[in-house]
Amino acid sequence: MVEAQYRFRDDEPVADPAVTVDSFGEQSNAAAVRLEPGDDARDLLPYLDRLRLVEVNFPSFGDGRGYSSARILREAGYEGELRAVGAVFVDQLSHLRRCGFDSFAPEVALDPVDAENAFNRWPDVYQATTDGRTPIWARRHPGGNRG
Amino acid sequence: MYQYDHYDQAMVDTRVEEFRDQTRRRIEGTLAEENFRPLRLQNGLYLQLHAYMLRVAVPYGTLSSRQMRMLGDIADKYDRGYGHFTTRQNIQYNWIKLEDAPDILADLASVEMHAIQTSGNCIRNISSDQYAGAAADEIVDPRPYAELLRQWSSFHPEFLHLPRKFKIAVIASDTDRAAMKLHDIGIQLVRNDKGEIGAAFYVGGGMGRTPMIAPLINPFVPIDQLITYSEACLRVYNRYGRRDNKYKARIKILVHELGKDEYTRQVEAEFAHLLSQGLEPPLAELERIKAHFVDPPFEEGLPDDLDLGDPDFALWVKSNTVAHRRPGYVVANVSLKPVGGIPGDASADQIRLMADLARDYSFDELRVTHAQNIVFPHVRKADLYTLWQKLDAADLATANLDSIGDIIACPGLDYCSLANARSIPVAQKISERFAARDRLETLGELKLKISGCINACGHHHAGHIGILGVDRKGVENYQLLLGGCEGADTSLGQITGPGFSEDGIVDAVEKATDVYLAQRQDGERFLDTYRRVGMAPFKEALYG
Amino acid sequence: MKILTGNDLRTGAVIWWDGSGWSLHVEDAVDVGEHAAEILAREEAARHVNASYAVDAQMTAEGVRPAHIKERIRALGPTVRPDLTLKPADPSALNWVI
Ligand code: SF4
Repeated sequence: MVEAQYRFRDDEPVADPAVTVDSFGEQSNAAAVRLEPGDDARDLLPYLDRLRLVEVNFPSFGDGRGYSSARILREAGYEGELRAVGAVFVDQLSHLRRCGFDSFAPEVALDPVDAENAFNRWPDVYQATTDGRTPIWARRHPGGNRG
Repeated sequence: MYQYDHYDQAMVDTRVEEFRDQTRRRIEGTLAEENFRPLRLQNGLYLQLHAYMLRVAVPYGTLSSRQMRMLGDIADKYDRGYGHFTTRQNIQYNWIKLEDAPDILADLASVEMHAIQTSGNCIRNISSDQYAGAAADEIVDPRPYAELLRQWSSFHPEFLHLPRKFKIAVIASDTDRAAMKLHDIGIQLVRNDKGEIGAAFYVGGGMGRTPMIAPLINPFVPIDQLITYSEACLRVYNRYGRRDNKYKARIKILVHELGKDEYTRQVEAEFAHLLSQGLEPPLAELERIKAHFVDPPFEEGLPDDLDLGDPDFALWVKSNTVAHRRPGYVVANVSLKPVGGIPGDASADQIRLMADLARDYSFDELRVTHAQNIVFPHVRKADLYTLWQKLDAADLATANLDSIGDIIACPGLDYCSLANARSIPVAQKISERFAARDRLETLGELKLKISGCINACGHHHAGHIGILGVDRKGVENYQLLLGGCEGADTSLGQITGPGFSEDGIVDAVEKATDVYLAQRQDGERFLDTYRRVGMAPFKEALYG
Repeated sequence: MKILTGNDLRTGAVIWWDGSGWSLHVEDAVDVGEHAAEILAREEAARHVNASYAVDAQMTAEGVRPAHIKERIRALGPTVRPDLTLKPADPSALNWVI
């Protein structure tokens, strides 16, 4: 397990080490798993009820596959901890948060002031995701007119 | 035209502050270039051959005169008094200082403009038909749909680190003026039997190293699922597009390697899942946007004729104007291709003049075309002569639209750090060689396009005549392509054979046009003749 | 000879390593021999230069001449806008590039 620098949850962090997706299926008691960019997040969907921590690894700033993995898990109803690890930098935080990450374990610790600014950057958002924020289009049409 | 509400304004203002902060951290040293680079690119800021270059978005090519004037003012205040209009309907400035960039973005935001996602591995500025809202053949104005997509794609949290750049074009007529099938996603708005509007999705087109024409993957996506379907197309690409090789990372390679059917199957599966996720804005949002694109207050009962007594004016009318859907009006094109000039460049004064003329003669509106020209979309025929005189006085009335003088050329090795060879001098020499008016007229429609490297920003594959600059042992060399075309009958140009020197390529173009003139049958354009007779006679003339 | 170039971080201007700092003029460039990597690492870290690299050049009668046309265009300016180059008054400058 990698220590999170930021964690937006009240429950106790999982203490077990995160296992790979391959070994996760066999270890029927594992509650923590680590997704690499090439892994299919949908392989985890049968196990959501026993999963309490998913670490999504970002090997580099530019590899955006983890953003899709996160949304897929949240869209399927996963409510456990979703942790971004690896090449996680200040300027990604708000987007990662929008995709469903609620904890962050950057390789290199982030400057607290910069990180705070980044988390609070966007007053509003254009898209609907599962992060609970109301998109701008819904604010413009309160009452949820579906046309 | 679309106007920002306080939400849109807050988004661009926030973006300016975000970039100001990122720039500060880069200059102070807490943000490394490696990580700053993708961020500045997503704000349109490149490091080019001579300085930073800023690419400003002109969403779907539409501008107000106030915005155009700001583009001229920025050229004077922060650059060297000119700008370059690009094949993606944007404008670029070549001499930008990093420390000024946040202030420029702030100036742009003050007129509802930005440089968001004009570069980088993300969804780029959405392009469209330059005659949108004025064309006689459109089924609807495509711009509201493009604006809906613009908002969806701006800062989309899942799609900011795609395998590679991603370009979307939206059109709404059978005549494709936006090279739609040469985009990552080309959307054609269509009407079904019941009269409902939907979107035909063409996915996986592109130019560059491996040019491909996008296959149709869904002929009719209902319009209230447009965003959800786009999201599905992008998600499949973000997850499975190749990241091991930059040259194989565009979606065209994924679609090609999976096969169109398998890619479509994956998109449809993702789409079925996403439909339950509430991603789609309500139709009321589309209606809200549409209300911004209502017709300007056209006058009724205007005379529909023109006094063509001045032969220079008559020539310009013939070559540079297009029918408008309203009687008494016309669409006027400003060619930014004066003989011997730099294609797409305009001085700050010219930019401001065009802004004033749009205010006075075109309901305050301008368009940027992918052919690097400017359009006044709604000109009263009664005003056309005055407009032309004012353009002519500013060297903006070259009568050569769609002729061999109307060359598309990328910046090439004079400005671009990826270039293999210069494009602009070749364009200048060709336009001078063919400058004589009767030569232009005799040759008729002939689209010549030049790129300074395989990235194909000059769309050389889609030129009736295409030229590609290559590096042959440190010396500039130029390949000739024939038979490319964008539009409904999109085709990719074929290379004629060994390349030519800078002067040799100008001669080669002339030889190709001579073959055309000798072989053409009644009414045939260069492209038609080429398609009929094939490559052989051209090869014979060039290398025989 | 090996010379060093890059862009000024703040202004983006093309600059050349002159032995003690960065110059706008390729004429001032010095041969760095084996020391390219070490100088560049130091100068990048100090944020004096951005996107820097070493290029081949020859010493000619007219001074330092980068081997590749791209670097000569960088050194002078766009060939299609002589007015914006470093030598707007010198028509022969373009011949030096090509
Ligand atoms: S085609 Fe090549 S040379 Fe031309 S602008 Fe694009 S990247 Fe630069």
